[in-house]
Amino acid sequence: MTHDAAPPVSVTRRRFLASTAAIAVLASAGGRAHAASLSGILPWQPYSATPPTPVVPGGWTFFTPAEARAVEAIVDRLIPADDVSVGGKDAGCAVFIDRQLSGSYGSAQNLYMQPPFANGTPSQGFQSPLSPTGRYRQGLAGLDAYCKANFAGKSFDGLSPAEQDDLLKKMEANGIKFESGDAKSLFELLLQNTMEGFFADPIYGGNKDMVSWRMIGFPGARYDYRDHIDKHNQPYPLPPVSIMGNSTWVRR
Amino acid sequence: MARRLPRRDVVIVGLGWTGAILAHELTDAGYDVVAIERGPWRDTATDFNVGYMPDELRYAIRQDLFLKPAQETFTFRNNTTQTALPIREFGSFLPGNGVGGAGVHWNGHTWRFFPSDFNLKSHLDQRYGPGFVHKDLQVQDWGFTYDEIESAYDRFEYLAGISGKAGVLKGQVQTGGNPFEGPRARDYPLPPMKMTLAPTMFAQAAQGIGLHPFPTPSANLSGAYVNPLGIAMGECTYCGFCERFGCSNYSKSSAQTTILPLLMRKSNFEARTLCEVTRVNMHPTGKHATGVTYVDVNGEEFEQPADLVLLCAYGLHNVRLMLLSKIGQSYDPNTGEGTVGRNYCYQTNSGVQLFFDDKIFNPFIAAGSLGQTVDDYNGDAFDHTGKDFVGGAGINCIPTNGRPISFRPVPPGTPRWGSAWKKATKDNYLRAFGFSSQGSSYAIRGNYLDLDPTYKDRFGNPLMRMTFDFPDNDIRMSNWVTDRMQEIAKALNPRQAVVSRRTKPYNIVPYQSTHNTGGAIVGADPKTSPLNRYLQSWDVHNVFAIGASAFPQNAGKNPTGTVGALAYWAADAIIQKYMRNPGPLVQA
Ligand SMILES: Cc1cc2nc3c(=O)[nH]c(=O)nc-3n(C[C@H](O)[C@H](O)[C@H](O)COP(=O)(O)OP(=O)(O)OC[C@H]3O[C@@H](n4cnc5c(N)ncnc54)[C@H](O)[C@@H]3O)c2cc1C
Ligand code: SF4
Repeated sequence: MTHDAAPPVSVTRRRFLASTAAIAVLASAGGRAHAASLSGILPWQPYSATPPTPVVPGGWTFFTPAEARAVEAIVDRLIPADDVSVGGKDAGCAVFIDRQLSGSYGSAQNLYMQPPFANGTPSQGFQSPLSPTGRYRQGLAGLDAYCKANFAGKSFDGLSPAEQDDLLKKMEANGIKFESGDAKSLFELLLQNTMEGFFADPIYGGNKDMVSWRMIGFPGARYDYRDHIDKHNQPYPLPPVSIMGNSTWVRR
Repeated sequence: MARRLPRRDVVIVGLGWTGAILAHELTDAGYDVVAIERGPWRDTATDFNVGYMPDELRYAIRQDLFLKPAQETFTFRNNTTQTALPIREFGSFLPGNGVGGAGVHWNGHTWRFFPSDFNLKSHLDQRYGPGFVHKDLQVQDWGFTYDEIESAYDRFEYLAGISGKAGVLKGQVQTGGNPFEGPRARDYPLPPMKMTLAPTMFAQAAQGIGLHPFPTPSANLSGAYVNPLGIAMGECTYCGFCERFGCSNYSKSSAQTTILPLLMRKSNFEARTLCEVTRVNMHPTGKHATGVTYVDVNGEEFEQPADLVLLCAYGLHNVRLMLLSKIGQSYDPNTGEGTVGRNYCYQTNSGVQLFFDDKIFNPFIAAGSLGQTVDDYNGDAFDHTGKDFVGGAGINCIPTNGRPISFRPVPPGTPRWGSAWKKATKDNYLRAFGFSSQGSSYAIRGNYLDLDPTYKDRFGNPLMRMTFDFPDNDIRMSNWVTDRMQEIAKALNPRQAVVSRRTKPYNIVPYQSTHNTGGAIVGADPKTSPLNRYLQSWDVHNVFAIGASAFPQNAGKNPTGTVGALAYWAADAIIQKYMRNPGPLVQA
């Protein structure tokens, strides 16, 4: 017979404690997560919420300068500046992608990345051993080599808008091969991340001044529409707000 | 070596919807209960904080609150000729993780199944004659009737403050409710939610062609409510950040908003968070369980002895824990022998998107279950004579959100980028809505769950393998219902209607629903079900598995109303029968 060892945290013997006994071990000083034993109280700790960290534009945390030039040019073709809105670059989409790639998204930290890797059917979903950072690095190198070989040594950002659009269309249609990385999957990743940046809360670096939300009429993080629920078929009157607030609320 | 802890009366695996209900009932009955939850503690003020909860990227796209595949995933293939590969990124369904489980970030559609869903096989045989149900379908009875669990449904609806309108009250059909539902003893605790334009138009159109629309029963509260436990909730503000998000307003029913404030204060209850149960421990005789083994977040292993083990880990995880612990025999699709993993089912959905020129729908004014449903073509509410399928679908107009990373309706043929894309996005955002069918899913021999031979979790334990494709019966059903949806679409007179039919193969990538059912089903015969009618293992009498894993097949409705009812049904059996005389509650 094994004897009973001490419980993992100090209060499993709450039976013998007063009914107000409360122990909640939620985090150690080092910030490392700890298992918690919770009993006798609804646990609550000050400052235990985890708000997002606003992206500060300026510089690149993942892209090399050359990669950043290519991505800025691409997001500006996917979302061109026109009479409807600013372009993807001015909206901050390239900064958004750069910062996302530097975080847990870029490293695929949350995904199942154990081998063996095999090509499955489309219905089995994504099976690449590469994280998004790896896919960008490889794919952008492939794009750069392709451009230099086919456009007299120029990089993507040196092409004319018409040439850029034409090349992006070929990538989208799976009509060209890169030396490194897959042209079609690079295109899909870029399109997905660019749209994320354009439509996400501006706190992540894209959607500058809530440009996309104003464009379509999405009020953002308002959270209470009880005063408009009965007003069928009537435009919503208020401008959007971000989880950071509204840019007109702060002095510039 | 696992550290051995002091024995408890009851150990519950998982503290989501069912775990919280069972814990509350058993602690009230005086038992000493510990719940072991692998995710973190979560509560409204801190984790569903209104200051940053309306964040589509973080919660809906990067899936912040869900189970991370790095922690546990499944492998998947469409059929036994393929090699299953891991689901590296969740898509088609999104299991929960953390206190409250998937109940934190659900929509809140809260259904009762039809009476005929429970005795399905005998009902269909009786109505259409034996042989009408195709021989490939493993349709089964549940082993209890709707009437037996009506009061358990009622308890869940009153716990959760469901907003809705009774359709059949004590046998009398009520105007404005669902005339096809089973009889209920009393109305919903709260009246229906206020409607937005899209479901209002949908209901008018459906009524105009002779159908019976009614407000979808909703766990987004239409008004303030104090539940029977004395816990208060507030009115939904139609924030449009509902499914995939926690509610900042105490307006969406979950363990957090309906049970935990009371449960956590009880001295005979303990929750252990960030602790993952890896197996149920068996006595050498194999006849009863001795407790569970779990690993905490720092990798330390513990053994928690208990007299009673309740698996409340979400249907799929219940099945995996049974397979890993060898509780019952793993199902073999070749021989049809074994029962654990049998009758895995899902949901068979299709959709219609409508575009208008002259309407403003304000899609962002929405809630997870604010809408209207038509049940005329669900289950066996209609005559199947002469049809080449059984089953049916609810038709739902429940526009849940206008979050623009994923909600950007444009007509087919629109480019995906460039100025033309941008203009179409701007022009259609406020002027489109959709409705969808949620169809039944019936079991066939080749759709099942077992342990994967290759891929392992981070502890080295095999992942569970899912083998599934839509049965032909269900595809025929969905096509027929989709034809009916086109009739409703026509009556709405849009500029354009775009239909997406359900086609094979089942694809693990696009979100469809977190309604994974079966694998540890209830029934009257231990040869075709691992659990008896009380959700008790036929083989190991002190293990009960509570969740949608118990459904012999899935109806054309969301599961949690029925899952909640099963939790009360099992709790009653445990307290009133099992604890008084531990042993099998049904003789095999
Ligand atoms: C986006 C979304 C929308 C949904 N919408 C609806 C809807 O509108 N209507 C409806 O009826 N249903 C809906 N559902 C489904 C609903 O959330 C589930 O049916 C319900 O939560 C199931 O309750 P449960 O107790 O079985 O599991 P859960 O509530 O998920 O609880 C299970 C708990 O067990 C824990 N656990 C799992 N494995 C272990 C382990 N090994 N050790 C320790 N703990 C473990 C999990 O972390 C989790 O907390 C939705 C789900 C999602 C994800
Ligand atoms: S829609 Fe209503 S119930 Fe859902 S999260 Fe928002 S306020 Fe809560």
